Amino acid sequence: MSGLCFDDVSYRYPGAQEPALRGVSLAVAPGEFCVVAGASASGKSTLLRAACGLVPHFHGGEFAGRVTVGGLDTRSHGPERLGAVVGTLLQDPETQVVMGSVRAELAFPLQNRGQAPNAVARGVEEVALALGIGSLLDRRIDELSGGELQRVALGAALGGRPTVVVLDEPTSQLDPVAGDELLSLLRRLNEEWETTVLLIEHRLERCLAAADRVVAMGDGTVVFDGLPADFQSWAGRSAPALQTPAAALTEALGLRPPPTGVKQARALLRAHHLLDAAGPKPTPSLASPTAFGVRARVRARRRSPPSEVALKMRGLWYEIADGPAILRGLDLELAAGERVALLGRNGAGKSTLLRLARGLVEPTRGRVQAPGHVALLMQNPGDYFLHERVADEAPPGALARGGLDGLQDRHPRDLSGGQRQRLALAIVTGDPLSSPAATVVALDEPTRGMDRSDKGLLADHLRALAGAGCAVIVATHDPEFAAAFAARALIMAEGRLVADGPVRELLSGGWYFATETARVLGGAGGALTPEDGAQLLRAGRTVQAAS
Amino acid sequence: MIAPGVALGYRRQATPLHAARASASGAYCLALAVAAVLVEHPLILVAVAVAVAGAGLRARSGSALRRGLRLALWFVLLAALLNPLLDHNGLTVIARLGHLGPFGALDVTLEAVVHGLVFGLRATVVILALSLASAAVDPDEVLTLLRRVSFRSALTASLATRMVPLLASDARRLSAALRCRPEQVAREWRRRKLAHDVAIVRAVTSTALDRALDVAAALELKGYALAGRCSGPGRRWSRHDLAHLAAAVSVLAVVILGRLGGIAHFSTYPRLEAAWGPGEVALALGVVLMAWTPLLGRRGLTR
Repeated sequence: MSGLCFDDVSYRYPGAQEPALRGVSLAVAPGEFCVVAGASASGKSTLLRAACGLVPHFHGGEFAGRVTVGGLDTRSHGPERLGAVVGTLLQDPETQVVMGSVRAELAFPLQNRGQAPNAVARGVEEVALALGIGSLLDRRIDELSGGELQRVALGAALGGRPTVVVLDEPTSQLDPVAGDELLSLLRRLNEEWETTVLLIEHRLERCLAAADRVVAMGDGTVVFDGLPADFQSWAGRSAPALQTPAAALTEALGLRPPPTGVKQARALLRAHHLLDAAGPKPTPSLASPTAFGVRARVRARRRSPPSEVALKMRGLWYEIADGPAILRGLDLELAAGERVALLGRNGAGKSTLLRLARGLVEPTRGRVQAPGHVALLMQNPGDYFLHERVADEAPPGALARGGLDGLQDRHPRDLSGGQRQRLALAIVTGDPLSSPAATVVALDEPTRGMDRSDKGLLADHLRALAGAGCAVIVATHDPEFAAAFAARALIMAEGRLVADGPVRELLSGGWYFATETARVLGGAGGALTPEDGAQLLRAGRTVQAAS
Repeated sequence: MIAPGVALGYRRQATPLHAARASASGAYCLALAVAAVLVEHPLILVAVAVAVAGAGLRARSGSALRRGLRLALWFVLLAALLNPLLDHNGLTVIARLGHLGPFGALDVTLEAVVHGLVFGLRATVVILALSLASAAVDPDEVLTLLRRVSFRSALTASLATRMVPLLASDARRLSAALRCRPEQVAREWRRRKLAHDVAIVRAVTSTALDRALDVAAALELKGYALAGRCSGPGRRWSRHDLAHLAAAVSVLAVVILGRLGGIAHFSTYPRLEAAWGPGEVALALGVVLMAWTPLLGRRGLTR
């Protein structure tokens, strides 16, 4: 009966002290869309690897209990056989593609399973049509963007029409548009093909509305299993870090039941007369004049008093030989102590801009001026680790500033995601006492794979750096994180800055580049976080009552 | 042999060589390499080199050939310099370098110099033919073919072809990360070039196992271990498949028949002897024409 069933499953990785899974029992019905939530290292990825047979066949270790997928017992069937009934998409698409071209990649699993040439050709065409990647079929793998690569990896997982699909943070490397498209696609596959979906995701606000059910993991066990609405209530009581911003907003206002998405949140607010058809009640105290666009920003800056410039880019072009222009005449100025979020689609030029700021690449035209050191933290913090001990990686002062005291003797690769990020930041910024302090700190997608508490710590750390006089610029796809730390937002498209303004204005007025709170409130009052939103609505109610 | 460049160099283009299936285009490139190994006569070697260069240009793979040529020039240089010093055969002494310890009397002979140059030329042609293969033969198809012959070799080759670009991109990122450190630390790393390279290699190798495990897990999930059940693409033989296969067979046949028939005789020791008659010219022209014939096709260049 069950599409995917865990029966009292426990598992310990080889050489590990503690088990990664402890007595997990879970049954996911055929055609169910199940989201798995939980903090980092709670056992989510291990659960997924047990579902596709990599645990225990590939990883080894101690396994107890029983997992059945599509009627196959994972103890007696290895991943290669289970692949016919379960499609798997892991976090890093780069290591999941094994062939050189998209067509070969999609055909590969079908050929391995002995399908006839005609069936392989038909399977490739069908999955390409279903995922909208027909135009990519003859492209080389190394020419694809992150979003395209993720779609191709998903296509290879779905090629044999598996009845179950398990996915580990498939949207972590995607911009909001591509992430939403991938989730819509999963929902469509779930509805049209009745594919059972088990999706691990940190940014629950993206996917909860599509889910039939939510499972929360904690310390290797299932700590919640139920409907999305019930999950929100449970998270409010037991795990606030897992609660979505919309639910946090309504809970802060004392409204029930907690919503699972923007639509439900708006309906709830309307039912309590906090939101009318046109949006929330106007609140003069919090509402600010909107000034969208670069020109408005430039006008505003001309009126503001001059401040110390930490980074200046003028007429910046970056063109690839025999390729496209990545940056097209970009102008940008960062003041000391500024906190800036840099947003935009995959391929908009964000990473190139940061690399140019650090001097890793030379502009084709234009100038970059930075009076001091530009510290750049690129996407993978592990790239900065060269030694066996944390203490050997960065000076003591920098470690202390990053909150890494007491971890000096640990191996850098044994740290948690948030700690690795802060260690890498300590490496690039150095010790301010023994070397000139960085005047600009730039981070490229620092929150990939991070849970909300780690993101909060990182935001605090970045605010502290800015408080010490650094200009901080972060390229991110995560509007919630941008809202948590930044004061100014930039949006890039096609190598240009298309919007530049206060984060309250830019992230409250959009749809894709907006926080969930802003989408619920339609951008009113520039409220980006649940706390802001609750304050806005309370103020609106008070104003209304007083009048 | 899967050269490291295979995974990086292949780009599908609308050319006759790219339009042929891997077994045909691979056989074509391999035939040119084998022809270079079989012949010693400089004229025929030059003819094979011209055939490879023409095929490379027609296949828009000039940059791959240039990279191959840069590598091959080291072989030529080494062979031309070392052979006269190590090989004392030959009767025509062109330089007397006196006694050099354990090497004894070092008399440089014309025959040893020519032998070294011809060896270098032959190595150059083989490297160019393999460079052409790396740029024009679809590695995915090669792996599929290889897998039918030997599962374990194909698994190793699959891992290697995927790992090469992955580790190369890891090394690029690690190197960039080193340059992101505070200025004086970054400067120190730049100054200590050897230490820098060692640090990068050590870091890449320490992550290589994780990377290899990830790729192996992906192969496992895609059913790679279901050995022996893999089916090929099932395409009909195109004009380009047939033409390249025919050219490969013809080039090899004409070279072997020429050798058997005593055409293109060439020997370096004890004295230089080379046949320079109409037979050699005809053989050279035959090799070039047969190799170039399939490149003239202008229809059905995409597949």
